[in-house]
Amino acid sequence: MKVRIDSERCQGHGRCYDLAPELFGEDDEGYGQVPGDGTVPPDEERTARLAVSNCPERAIEIL
Amino acid sequence: MTVDERFSRDLRETMKDRPLGVRNEIVTGPVSDWATDFSHTEPEWAADPYPIQDELRQRCPIARTERFGGGWLPTRYEDVAAVAYDTERFSSRAIIMSNFRPPREIAPIGGAPPISSDPPFHHHARKLLLPAFTKAAVARREAATRAFCHALIDAFEGRDVVDAAHDYAQHIPMRVIADMLGFPPEDGPRFREFVENALEGVNSPPEERVARMEKLFDYLYAQIRDHVDNPRDDLTTYLINVELGGHKLSPEHVAGTMGLLLIAGVDTTWSAIGASLWHLAKTPADRERLVAEPGLLPTAMEEFLRAYAPVTMARLVKEDMHWRGVDMRADDWVLLSFPAANRDPAQFDRADEVVIDREVNRHAAFGLGIHRCVGSHLARMELRVALEVWLERIPDFVLADPAAVTWSTGQVRGPRTLPVRIG
Repeated sequence: MKVRIDSERCQGHGRCYDLAPELFGEDDEGYGQVPGDGTVPPDEERTARLAVSNCPERAIEIL
Repeated sequence: MTVDERFSRDLRETMKDRPLGVRNEIVTGPVSDWATDFSHTEPEWAADPYPIQDELRQRCPIARTERFGGGWLPTRYEDVAAVAYDTERFSSRAIIMSNFRPPREIAPIGGAPPISSDPPFHHHARKLLLPAFTKAAVARREAATRAFCHALIDAFEGRDVVDAAHDYAQHIPMRVIADMLGFPPEDGPRFREFVENALEGVNSPPEERVARMEKLFDYLYAQIRDHVDNPRDDLTTYLINVELGGHKLSPEHVAGTMGLLLIAGVDTTWSAIGASLWHLAKTPADRERLVAEPGLLPTAMEEFLRAYAPVTMARLVKEDMHWRGVDMRADDWVLLSFPAANRDPAQFDRADEVVIDREVNRHAAFGLGIHRCVGSHLARMELRVALEVWLERIPDFVLADPAAVTWSTGQVRGPRTLPVRIG
């Protein structure tokens, strides 16, 4: 599993890095970012789905 | 060093240069039918808007009013989202639905950038503010906020009944935003007056509203001049010095943004803290569970934000158009109710219930799209710390007199009187 943020949709609500700090971070303006290539370790898959389902802008994709 | 001349002109002279807007007749009094005559300024709405919104969502999902010179109220999540995303057809040049429409010439900047701004200017004005409001930036204020919350509760010593809105919730955002802007902390009580004037006085006579606004801007310009003379590490000095497109900001932009941060920074968070404490005071099962499971607080907090979203925005229709079944005219208001969107059963399971362990919560309390609340990370920090400290210090509390609870009127809703028994 991999995650990706659509930067056109992301508005910096920060739900992803609140809920899944291992998978997402914030840039200098508060927009969400995915460090590395976005690979989700197996034990973080549930957290990744939680982040996806809580993003108000539906900006996170699971690949 | 050259003297900064931008702020030396008298404010009232500056205001005289502004183009005039449009005023309409002020209509108040009981609503005849919420589908055709809605008003967000009547006591019935302030006391409990949710049954009204739920009924409208079923019967007339885009309600109409002739008050305020004409406007619309969408109550479905999908319609609220569509308006929020459509900055081509809905302008933010006014965001408080009142009896005054500012002139079209003030777009795309508006009176309080970036909340009052439209693209493409909006993006640049917003970008100036974002770094000061990231989660990492506001985390640096957490320790001071926590200490302040403790000090407020220390002052309850010896009292059985306290007003959780007046004696606790309101002071927290006032102190935090005063620190960020570099205003004297003892000026807090004046901020309350500014907030009430800006947001709750929308049906006051125009001369009165103008005079009240002038008081706010007199205060802001005095702070600006003091910061020009004595620069320091705060948002006011930052806004005075920062450049946009190679130029320093106009005095109206500096003061307008400061006014926005002051007004929007205070009453919204005050309302969110107050509404959360109100819920816990009247719902012992939720209160007991949160005391027993403090790790649930971040999830519960999002649910309070969903169910009691404090902020409703507004937009102005840009041009006549047929939109989702209604005929909108240029300069009609759209009351953008994030609270109504957050209770749409098409978007949320058990939408009308407060479920403090709700895992999937794609609520819109901080808005959607390009105008996402710039202070949302700050608000979440303040709300979390305020609730953590309260529950740690006062795990057992109930409403002292449910009938004595009062709510603010208008586009920001939260308890303004909230007597709770703590002893």
